[in-house]
Amino acid sequence: MRGVRPAAVIALLLLLPAAGPAADRPVVRVGSKSFTESYVLAEIVAQVVEQTGEARVERKLGLGGTGIVHAALASGEIDVYPEYTGTIARAILKEPAVTTVAAMRARLRERALVVTEPLGFQNTYALAVARSTAARLGLRTISDLRGHRRLTAAFDPGFLDRDDGWPGLRRHYGLELAGVRIMEHALAYRALAGGAVDVIDVFSTDGQLAREAVALLADDRGFFPDYAAVLLARRPFAERLPRTWAALEQRLVGRLDTATMTRLNAEADLDRRPFAAVAASFLGGGAPAGGRRSPARELPALTLEHLALVGVSLLAAVVVGVPLGVLAARRRLLGQVELMGVGVLQTIPALALLAFMIPLFGIGRVPALIALTLYALLPIVRNTYAGLVSLDPQLVDMAAVLGLDGWKRLAWIELPLASVTILAGIKTSAVLTVGTATLAAFIGGGGYGTLIITGLALNDGATILAGAIPAALMALAIHALFEAVDRLAVPRGLRTTATATR
Amino acid sequence: MIVVSGVTKRFGGRPALDGVSLTVEAGTTHVLLGGSGSGKSTLLRLVLGLAQPDAGEVVVDGVRVTPGSRAEIQRRIGYVVQEGALYPHLTAAENVALPARARGWQAERTEARVTALARLVELERSWLDRHPAQLSGGQRQRVGLMRALALDPPVLLLDEPLGALDPITRAELQTQLVRIFRELGKTVVLVTHDVREAFVFGRTITLLEGGRVVQQGTFADLARRPATPLVTEFLRAQAPPPEMTAYL
Ligand SMILES: Nc1ncnc2c1ncn2[C@@H]1O[C@H](COP(=O)(O)OP(=O)(O)OP(=O)(O)O)[C@@H](O)[C@H]1O
Ligand SMILES: [Mg+2]
Repeated sequence: MRGVRPAAVIALLLLLPAAGPAADRPVVRVGSKSFTESYVLAEIVAQVVEQTGEARVERKLGLGGTGIVHAALASGEIDVYPEYTGTIARAILKEPAVTTVAAMRARLRERALVVTEPLGFQNTYALAVARSTAARLGLRTISDLRGHRRLTAAFDPGFLDRDDGWPGLRRHYGLELAGVRIMEHALAYRALAGGAVDVIDVFSTDGQLAREAVALLADDRGFFPDYAAVLLARRPFAERLPRTWAALEQRLVGRLDTATMTRLNAEADLDRRPFAAVAASFLGGGAPAGGRRSPARELPALTLEHLALVGVSLLAAVVVGVPLGVLAARRRLLGQVELMGVGVLQTIPALALLAFMIPLFGIGRVPALIALTLYALLPIVRNTYAGLVSLDPQLVDMAAVLGLDGWKRLAWIELPLASVTILAGIKTSAVLTVGTATLAAFIGGGGYGTLIITGLALNDGATILAGAIPAALMALAIHALFEAVDRLAVPRGLRTTATATR
Repeated sequence: MIVVSGVTKRFGGRPALDGVSLTVEAGTTHVLLGGSGSGKSTLLRLVLGLAQPDAGEVVVDGVRVTPGSRAEIQRRIGYVVQEGALYPHLTAAENVALPARARGWQAERTEARVTALARLVELERSWLDRHPAQLSGGQRQRVGLMRALALDPPVLLLDEPLGALDPITRAELQTQLVRIFRELGKTVVLVTHDVREAFVFGRTITLLEGGRVVQQGTFADLARRPATPLVTEFLRAQAPPPEMTAYL
């Protein structure tokens, strides 16, 4: 049949991924969340592991937020990642009252997890004002704000919502401010520097704190919980590779004070140095110093990864979706249930769907492909169904009269007649999937999303665009490809109707 | 032979056919005549087993039409509809070959059959490599007929086969069809609302109105001994006005 050719192209893409060197040394998989500090710490961990020489390292960086990265650790997809004591108590143990590392260690033990002593710095929420404002009004602590009701503030949406953010802080200190605006963290620094606002929320190790004329206000009444950085790891890893674990504790515990971490964040965030270089310069080894990150070098590999994600999941969605559409058209009641099912799938935010995959399939390419496939189903199932039920009943009846039953009727008559509609569904899915696939990076699935997430973490527009623009171009290219496929796969007679000589 | 006895078919309570009976002798052509919505197409669909009657029964060559016997019945019937109902994604030749292909005929045998059929309906073989959209209405109609004749079924059901044609092509095809039916000795039911066509084709005619049989018989019966004034009205309605006849 004519439809075989695009299928062959997709099949080729199937073969592209999964080409890694086999090695006999044990592997340590290092994970991180998707913000600068987490990347830098994970890179430091990775380099220490490499230098110890006991194991090989696989980097699974930028795995979204706590939910995803911790699920990855729990399911054994990664061995170690940087975490904060406050997060362990609240989000993982769900016992905010547990504050000491010793108490956490006992509870984590039950979950086959181990934790290091604090690395040294705290990354808590903090309030900051311009240094000039601090000097003018004599502000040194959060309590000092109480006398100044005319000040305005800009807070991150997260900080505004959380009970351990602004609502709690305000009650705890009895604060009144003239105006509170919502502003993304990264923009707030600029607003503060420009004098647009007086008070912003920051993280205590933000790179900007090392560079800008900003003063932190001391949490004099102890509102913000401890967010001391630690390494959280799977116990089997620590026990299987004792030398590596000891090296991590020895070289990192107590070695990273707030000033150091702030400086490292600034190097990555503001100087745009590669995480690996920042980590290396901290570890002081043969530092591959200098050099700016260049997303361009990663682009060819990421393009292949992205194409593979889209190609494989689309192929799977066609293989599953077209039969589902046929089934729906044959059994109307079942069809309604089915269409509702794939419809509901589509209403789940893509990121949430990806997160659901982790407990079932772990992290990496496989769960990403499964989630993308599920996400690509709806247009294909719906269009197959719609194409089949809207066929001219006379043509369908005629097929029966001509002696075409079951499969023959489907393959020779119904599917070809519905092919324009079905292909339109596949095209929609393909273009959609190019976009959705950028989220795969959140669970370590690779692709252009890797750049987008890194760029978001660094607030680095260029890096974001380096991922977003190729993704957009790929969507356009795939659209064009489908126009061509239309010309090949759609039966000639269905295309020439426009120029019919009636 | 086709025997329809006391058939009633309702759609949402309203009868499309109401106690219709008729008999078509083997090897003859019977015309179903009637206005729009009188139930002509529905009757053909009941004969084909594409719909089930609410009362009464249809028997084709001794076999009662039921969902169980439908496939067997359909094998004995060639079906032609207005505009041909050709598959737009297949060439005309592929359309004609479809029934043969469905039964696993060899390619050469199929090709020979297609060529023979083309000769029968006087269509040049080269036209058959086109898609239906690239053919004229008359050519499409011929292709539809070829497809119905592909397996040489004893029974032909034609639903306004010449409905959408210009008068000249229509007259030409009428002559051709009459010849083919006679040569091949088919049992034919032909649906039309054209009185002239009924006259040309039908040895016997059934005039339907609102799902009921108004009169059955030869054209002469209907013209000379109309069962109701409606029959005369129907026959006259399509006759050319006397002023026009004067010119012809
Ligand atoms: N599938 C259906 N569902 C509901 N009503 C139907 C259906 N098929 C036919 N009918 C109704 O049955 C009646 C007879 O229809 P039918 O198609 O048999 O008429 P016809 O004599 O062939 O008319 P025409 O000359 O316009 O083709 C009409 O009132 C029509 O609306
Ligand atoms: Mg009709």
